[in-house]
Amino acid sequence: MNELRTLVDYFVKYPFVRYAFAVGLLIALCSSLLGVTLVLKRFSFIGDGLSHVAFGAMAVAAITGLTNKMVIILPVTLFSAILLLRTGQNTKIKGDAAIAMISVGALAVGYMLMNLFPSSANVSGDVCSTLFGSTSILTLKKSDVTLCVVMAVIVIAVFLLFYNKIFAVTFDESFCKASGVNANVYNLIIAMITATIIVLAMNLVGSLLISALIIFPALSAMRVFRSFRGVILCSAVISVLCATVGIMLSILFSTPVGSTIVTANIAVFLVFCGISAVMGKVRR
Amino acid sequence: MNSAEIVCERVSLGYETGTVAEGLDFTVHRGDYLCILGENGSGKSTLVKALLGLHPAKGGSITRYATGIGYLPQQTVVQKDFPASVREIVRSGCLGKCGFRPFYTKAERDRAEQNMERLGIIGLARRCYRELSGGQQQRVLLARALCAADSMLLLDEPVTGLDPKAQIDLYELIAKLNRDGVTIIMVSHDVHAAVRYASHILHIGGQTQRFFGTAAEYRESETGRAFLAAGGAEHE
Repeated sequence: MNELRTLVDYFVKYPFVRYAFAVGLLIALCSSLLGVTLVLKRFSFIGDGLSHVAFGAMAVAAITGLTNKMVIILPVTLFSAILLLRTGQNTKIKGDAAIAMISVGALAVGYMLMNLFPSSANVSGDVCSTLFGSTSILTLKKSDVTLCVVMAVIVIAVFLLFYNKIFAVTFDESFCKASGVNANVYNLIIAMITATIIVLAMNLVGSLLISALIIFPALSAMRVFRSFRGVILCSAVISVLCATVGIMLSILFSTPVGSTIVTANIAVFLVFCGISAVMGKVRR
Repeated sequence: MNSAEIVCERVSLGYETGTVAEGLDFTVHRGDYLCILGENGSGKSTLVKALLGLHPAKGGSITRYATGIGYLPQQTVVQKDFPASVREIVRSGCLGKCGFRPFYTKAERDRAEQNMERLGIIGLARRCYRELSGGQQQRVLLARALCAADSMLLLDEPVTGLDPKAQIDLYELIAKLNRDGVTIIMVSHDVHAAVRYASHILHIGGQTQRFFGTAAEYRESETGRAFLAAGGAEHE
């Protein structure tokens, strides 16, 4: 109970704690919405690949010394998302190889650039916090928060507007094309919101852990729920809850925010696996 | 004679790398039940794409008078473990008419209900697609196709992977839809079912059109007799 009171105190006293919660929950919500589609389309690795691209872009942004790193990170990641999705369809390099190539390539180049042109004395500290998020969510400025809220609202609005189309394109692309829905446009939209979410989520969990935020809530929800809408709603609830608990625990016990949230997600996944096993037995 | 829905004249199909089939010359009339037969790689799936307007013909002309074609594609791996209710899937058949409108109208939702009723799956509306039997899944996809277009259906190997009983049920269901006035185009391997249920047969093979005519004519033709004999042997 004491811990909870401390937390409420922090929440009231320090704006950065409020920012962390606002940004964290919005990002968790966005990533879980799209996660279901990505998992079902067998695109889980695109999230992983893009997050490495975002790391590379972040490194480039760091050496240019720009104050607003988003100017570089967002376009580069968006461009890679479109590129990866196009290669997924039909080209000489097959989808998974293209993703692997771009992602490790970006990681290597990014790390090298950070070492060649160090922007601070502690390069490995910088790298670590970019990869695992560390405490950057607790050091957000007001402008970061505004940007994050705006982008999150756009992502959620796009998702709601195209919900039925995203469902149909995920379930059966060839039928969609045959009945006059422009599946390629919706695939592009999916790729673009994925890229946006990944850039946003870098602040919260760092680039290595983003795919966990995308896939775990979706996988947990899919264990138990059996309609698309049920899965989406459940995944959103799980993700927001895990983010809340994760941020709270990390503030109280000064653990790294990103890995605490992901650990909470893993725990929920295991619980849902259990529930699904029990439900299976009951049904039989 | 009923009005023509699709007219193909000297159509050749293929990709940059080469021609898959050429000399396709046939007409589908309203109320027909056309079965497209041919071995693997004979260009059946390319023809399907061309009929749907997803792949341009290399030569000749395809004229479509039909307002829309309800398509039943082959099942994909993604669908095997897809969490979606039957109702969600059937409704998605209406999407082609939605344009940029984000939600379904009342009329579209009613249409989905009617088509589920028509195919006898209204009781499954809340069930999860992945938990249904193969035959039930095909009915769901048929209902979705009917939502997209209820005067013409294009079915791509609909009975593949079903057990014999479910195959017969599905054939009977399709025949019933045809009797109710739905034009059917079906791609199939099963020559015996084709001559039994279809009104017309299109047989492609060896990169060309081997036969087009009524099922009765096909049974008497050289191609038909050879294929029926071979197909029969394959089945036993």
